[in-house]
Amino acid sequence: MDDTTTAPLTRPASADVRLPQLPLATRVAMISRLFAVQASWNYEILIGNGIGFCVEPALRLLPGGVGGDAYRAALARQSQYFNAHPYLSSVAVGALVRAELEGQPAARIERFRTALCGPLGSVGDRLVWVGLLPTCSFSSLFLFGLGASPLVCVLVFLLWYNAGHIALRLWGLQMGWEKGLGVAAALGHPILRAGPVWLARAGTFLAGAAIPLTVMRLVDGGGLVRTGITLVTAAAGAGTLVLFHGRVEGWRLALLAGFAALVLFLLRHA
Amino acid sequence: MIVDVLVLGVLGAVLGLDVVSFPQAQISRPIVAATLGGAVMGNAGTGLVCGVLLELFAHETLPFGASRYPEWGSSSPVAGAAAAAGASVGELPMALLFAVPFGLLTASVGGWSMVQLRQLNARLARRRLDALARGSARTVAGLQVAGATADLVRAGLISIVAATCALPAVRWIAVQSAPLSAYAIPLLASMGGAVAAGAAWKMFHSTSGTRWFGLAGLALGTGLVLLMTR
Repeated sequence: MDDTTTAPLTRPASADVRLPQLPLATRVAMISRLFAVQASWNYEILIGNGIGFCVEPALRLLPGGVGGDAYRAALARQSQYFNAHPYLSSVAVGALVRAELEGQPAARIERFRTALCGPLGSVGDRLVWVGLLPTCSFSSLFLFGLGASPLVCVLVFLLWYNAGHIALRLWGLQMGWEKGLGVAAALGHPILRAGPVWLARAGTFLAGAAIPLTVMRLVDGGGLVRTGITLVTAAAGAGTLVLFHGRVEGWRLALLAGFAALVLFLLRHA
Repeated sequence: MIVDVLVLGVLGAVLGLDVVSFPQAQISRPIVAATLGGAVMGNAGTGLVCGVLLELFAHETLPFGASRYPEWGSSSPVAGAAAAAGASVGELPMALLFAVPFGLLTASVGGWSMVQLRQLNARLARRRLDALARGSARTVAGLQVAGATADLVRAGLISIVAATCALPAVRWIAVQSAPLSAYAIPLLASMGGAVAAGAAWKMFHSTSGTRWFGLAGLALGTGLVLLMTR
């Protein structure tokens, strides 16, 4: 058992009281658990159980330690339904731990928990899934188009993406812990407000540059005419997909067209 | 071949786990996973080409919360390995013309399997709601471990079944003489380019100023293409 369980934190009455320190072992345990916050993702309580799993090491610091009434009540509260972007769930984990250790009323914590779900989901989706991820991907494709080796393409993607990913998780946990129930103000942080806009701009720039280069390298040795025809066909296809946006999924069409072409190519031989 | 299938099964299991359960570092993205699959078969370069094609399609399928999306972690290494295995015995274009749609199909099956996994996790959680309400740390940790284990097994099984089908098939297809095979890669590249460009518009068009950034990028990319194809 963690020796910290025998040394409960003092409870400040409000956020303006000096911030207590989380023991390093507790902090490390919470950070490592955050990477598995979605391990039991399900349609019943979504990542609720994952949030309980991540806050549990800190709840051992409550009066009574592991198995105490305060510990059990807090863990039960934190393992209920919850939804957020997985990386930004660290904000919730930090804030909820602070609220529990401060001894905030249960009803207040539950209201706060419910209120956090929406913003942490939408901000995270815009920042990561529609920002960081495609931007890193297009940068890697850009390098591929320029002739980079497999190792360079893969490493650039992984290093850039994970620098952002891990920084976001760590920042979120710290921000949540520092602000506690006042963490909503942190969601107006410049990174979260302007980050998606600049990532979208970078992503668009990189997409514009990467797609022609990628196509060129894929039709390797085909020359300008072959590359040009392929690019014009891709542009026409993209225009059609934009026109039928929401009604057609390109990857599904490609799956069917790819197998149809394979059969046709093999039959032409037969 | 059995060893190849087993290695791909283990690789697919680990990469499939990355998609949602642990650690979401995007080692499951096609550009990474297919390259690793190619490397398993001794040709990372061909795996990368297959991964790039799948990556172009992957832009259209973002992993938003509860939505159903293709699962690239268990499918991409098999696709990359299939491309490399086919290219080692026959023609690369025909190997890719099989590996890429096969990767898309496997990813689709993987997406379906994730829905089943989430329903299984829900059943497990529902049975333990009383224990959760009592604040049982053992139940909380148990559900996390059960979910991750089931995900690992799910992804591994998909990779094993997919590799068992794909490797013999691609070795047969790649050695067939196909007069039209020269069109295979341009066809895949044009479809991938179309899907990626359409997806980029879908993701970014609502953000102010992106049009000019996109045009500037397109000018740079087109200029480099003209320069490099001379």
